[in-house]
Amino acid sequence: MVPTARVKSLGGRAALLLGAILMTAGCVTINIYFPAAAAEKAADRIIDGVWQLPNGQGKTAPADGDRQ
Amino acid sequence: MTRSALRLVVTWALLAGGAGQLQAQGNLEIDTPAISSLRASMQQRHQQIASHYESGAIGLTRDGLVTVRDANQVPLPQRGRLSALVAAENRDREALYREIARANGHAEWREQVQATFAQRWIDKARPGWWVQQADKGWAQR
Repeated sequence: MVPTARVKSLGGRAALLLGAILMTAGCVTINIYFPAAAAEKAADRIIDGVWQLPNGQGKTAPADGDRQ
Repeated sequence: MTRSALRLVVTWALLAGGAGQLQAQGNLEIDTPAISSLRASMQQRHQQIASHYESGAIGLTRDGLVTVRDANQVPLPQRGRLSALVAAENRDREALYREIARANGHAEWREQVQATFAQRWIDKARPGWWVQQADKGWAQR
């Protein structure tokens, strides 16, 4: 009786541990969410380069900046 | 016993979630050869496209691409060149979004990268340029 209960509880604990591992793995996989702020920063760097904007923020550049 | 194990699981999950969030705070990788060559190509093309943005012949779409908005701004013989410019620019932009996602080990981020760029292209558009609005209509900056 006692050994059986013990085995059962051990099995329960193993199942719990397995659950914990799976849950953690799931969290790690799912929680790598899209880094929006970093993406915005990257986009700004690239757009400033392509459009030859003075590396200012999202504001409009000085007038006739890209006209020769 | 079970309760403490449960607490362990919860703590573990929270820690793992926190680690994932911390990891995502850095910069995105945009310095790969593929991305650099796309940037250079787009920068060079911009010299030919800029005047079309100003005339309204080309507009910035809501999805991070460009399109011929008003072909009448361009003399008939040059319209083929106009649409070739648009097609080439869109090819580069699509490739850019794909390459940024891939360079950061998450090819599935492509759509979100594109959405981020879409917003920033429009935010940074110069006065006088045409940008597509949420209702698909056009507005001049």
